[in-house]
Amino acid sequence: MQTGHPATYDEVKKIHPLYFNVVKKRYWWFAISLLIIIPGVISLFMQGLNLGIDFKGGTMIDMTFKKAVTQTAITDTMKSVGLEGSVQLSNGDTAALIRTEALEESKRNELLAAVETKVGEYDKTSLKEDKVGPAMGQELTRNAIYALIIAMGLMIAYITIRFQFVFAISGIVALLHDVFLVIGLFSLFQWEIDSSFVAAILTIFGYSINDTVIIFDRIRENEAKMKRGEIYEEMVDKSIWQTMRRSINTVVTVLISLLSVFILGGESTRMFSLAMLIGVFSGAYSSIFNASQILVEIKTRMKKPRKGGKPVRA
Amino acid sequence: MRRGNIIKLAALVLLVVAAVALSIKPLVDPAKGIPLGLDLRGGVHLVLQAEPNKNGAPITNDDMDKAKAIIAKRVNDLGVSEPIVQTDYIKKRIVIDLAGVTDPDKAVDILKTTAKLTFRDPQGNVVIQGDDLKDAKGGQGQQSGYVVNLTFSSDGAKKFADLTTKLIGQRLGVYLDDKLLTNPTVNTPILNGQAEITGYATLEEAANHAVLMRSGSLPVSMSIAEKRQVGASLGVDSLHRSIRAGIYGLIFIYLFMLVFYRLPGVVADFSLIVYGLIVLWVFWMFRVVLTLPGIAGFILSIGMAVDFNIIIYERVKEEIRAGKSLRAGVESGFSRAFITVIDAHVTTFIAAMTLYTFGTGSIKGFAMTLGIGIIASLFTAITFTRLVLRLTVGISPKMNTTWFGVRRDV
Repeated sequence: MQTGHPATYDEVKKIHPLYFNVVKKRYWWFAISLLIIIPGVISLFMQGLNLGIDFKGGTMIDMTFKKAVTQTAITDTMKSVGLEGSVQLSNGDTAALIRTEALEESKRNELLAAVETKVGEYDKTSLKEDKVGPAMGQELTRNAIYALIIAMGLMIAYITIRFQFVFAISGIVALLHDVFLVIGLFSLFQWEIDSSFVAAILTIFGYSINDTVIIFDRIRENEAKMKRGEIYEEMVDKSIWQTMRRSINTVVTVLISLLSVFILGGESTRMFSLAMLIGVFSGAYSSIFNASQILVEIKTRMKKPRKGGKPVRA
Repeated sequence: MRRGNIIKLAALVLLVVAAVALSIKPLVDPAKGIPLGLDLRGGVHLVLQAEPNKNGAPITNDDMDKAKAIIAKRVNDLGVSEPIVQTDYIKKRIVIDLAGVTDPDKAVDILKTTAKLTFRDPQGNVVIQGDDLKDAKGGQGQQSGYVVNLTFSSDGAKKFADLTTKLIGQRLGVYLDDKLLTNPTVNTPILNGQAEITGYATLEEAANHAVLMRSGSLPVSMSIAEKRQVGASLGVDSLHRSIRAGIYGLIFIYLFMLVFYRLPGVVADFSLIVYGLIVLWVFWMFRVVLTLPGIAGFILSIGMAVDFNIIIYERVKEEIRAGKSLRAGVESGFSRAFITVIDAHVTTFIAAMTLYTFGTGSIKGFAMTLGIGIIASLFTAITFTRLVLRLTVGISPKMNTTWFGVRRDV
């Protein structure tokens, strides 16, 4: 029986048929990320997000009619009871999604009665109604921001304890990459967001850092075994490749489950799974191509000035 | 050794198959199975916000308790199997979840109206209004059992004195709206405005009635701050859709694991079944209400649960490549991967916990399923997966490593 020894850099290179140096090309990866994130962030500042009633407050009624209906019939009916709002028809013009201000119960009943008589009969057992008062919407936004900040703080603390502060910073930058990418794309395409979007963002938060930590864990392990003459950059490259299969395979399984929810799960979970799909994909990308590279960047920059003689201290 | 392991493995397979077969019925039982949220079977979710009093008096916790007691009573009258009524004292809100209510419109109607307490004579005429009652308290009776002590206002005391003198030996009806709350018999004329209703079996029951009586109508006016209503057939439709999504997701993950990991892939797939069972039984045990986002969280957690296996198998492969034997590889791979797995999943768990703390309604459900999923997959990995993998590699020391996706020559 052979005696075991940890794989060398060359061995790791040989195992992977598609090997290329992922650390050396880091500026390319950063550029690709920025190319996608910047338009999203610009859009976020220019046009913001398409906030659903969960954030803005309002009433949303989803109803299925027994026969096809027209948009004007519904809009006119809404006007007749003194309401403004948007109407979206789908499913061969038999399903309507009505959005309007947050309705009092009496007003809501008036509207539904008017729709029944003027537009057509609808199926009461498949009615879906969401009403959110404006105060509740503000609260959701506030809580979402709190939750993000607290989760981020806890993760920085955890990674700093288990690894080092530089790891935590690199991980969080990669994480913000994913969050901004998802929010940016949602702003760019003006996809409507609801409270489940908050859940998606937070899950991406947890999941993306999870991906990164797997690689960091390997870097930590290899760093401890580093020999004289080994280059940090190469050690990181080796670590990324040692965990490459895991990174890809895990993403594939998570994407499989998300895709099945996205395609088959129905309307109410579609936006959630879309956000998650983008986020998980971006999370895998940033874990493999950004997080450790940022780490290398910080570590090499921290070392260099010592040779040059000038300490970097602002 | 060899035969022993094969027998043990076969026994495990049979055990799991039996567990699955025996679990299906109790888990999906409509009454006692895992409770389904209102988005999966129709129903209504309401958040009632107490409006500030017109005279500027602050809303007390007692006001909120009274309001909750009245609402809870009305909810119980609706005949919903597992209604949820919660009070948020800080935000002055009452949250009501009525999953499976047949007529949500009617339910909202009933909950909105303000209850009125009246005392009626045997003919049903209203003789005293609720506002004449100053206070009602539950307490220990003088002889035995528990009682409700009533205190009337000076006006009410006069009326009550007249009434009890007239109705001696007859029954006096205490009504909340049009519902009879209790109808005690008048034993003696009560002139001082201090009455006692006897015959309660528990203090809780007496206190409960006392709250209802002293509250009469809702002590604060409530407005609907949030309402989510889902029609019954829409809920059933969502349930079927998400189950289908789950099944397809599972099938493809199974295939993926089989193709990429071969023998350990079989072990992973087998562990997934055990994982699913554990999670569902935990839901069942803690009566975790399954919602649409909850199912999405569960399906997502299946994808993540596989992650444990992937991390471990990749590590085992590395150990074998580094020259270790299959069994030594499994052992060291497991212990090394375990640290990785913990570090990685604590972060996801942090996110789930934060979501649970800050989220409301269905978001909480999602965070809960995700959190339970993470713990359950950790548990499954270190107990079941490890055991099965040990037994499997123990079958033969000459087991071909290609079954583990490793070629020795590299």
